[in-house]
Amino acid sequence: MSEDVQSWIKDQVTTNDVVLFMKGTKEFPQCGFSGRVSQILNFLGVTYKDINVLADDGIRNGIKTYTNWPTIPQLYVKGEFIGGADIVSEMFQSGELQKFLTDKGVPTSKAA
Amino acid sequence: MPMEAHEIERLIKEHLPDAEVLIEALKGDGDHYAALVTSAAFAGKSRVQQHQLVYAALKGRMGGELHALALTTRLPGE
Repeated sequence: MSEDVQSWIKDQVTTNDVVLFMKGTKEFPQCGFSGRVSQILNFLGVTYKDINVLADDGIRNGIKTYTNWPTIPQLYVKGEFIGGADIVSEMFQSGELQKFLTDKGVPTSKAA
Repeated sequence: MPMEAHEIERLIKEHLPDAEVLIEALKGDGDHYAALVTSAAFAGKSRVQQHQLVYAALKGRMGGELHALALTTRLPGE
């Protein structure tokens, strides 16, 4: 695994408040799981950076090693790995995600 | 490469012997499953760590052979 990719990923997740590694883009997700997380963030009115892993195999493989997490999407908030589609959906449905974002100081357009 | 539901269940139980595993085929194509895993091994662990335990049980198949496994983890009695 290239160290450059790992430091690039680290840079992305630490310099952006909310980062979603996904298949496709937020405008055009290319996988149902990625689309689900993207929809949740859009619904909450969160500003986030989307990184399309399909555009770069180095990133696609690198992100799996970065957090020891085998699947994509992966959501990061302020450098912290939150989870994949299942965890994000579960947190969203329980209202936990909204609260978490607010606690982290990430603006959303929906009240917690 | 599709995987049979009972094979997923077997791998999880091999790694987490107390686990109750419920698997639902979402499309019947051997590739889209939902799994509900209940185990005392999840106690005190974050959701991410709970899922990582299940992924470890699946020995690298997750994200490869198993692209689409929707996963929910629970503690017994939860």
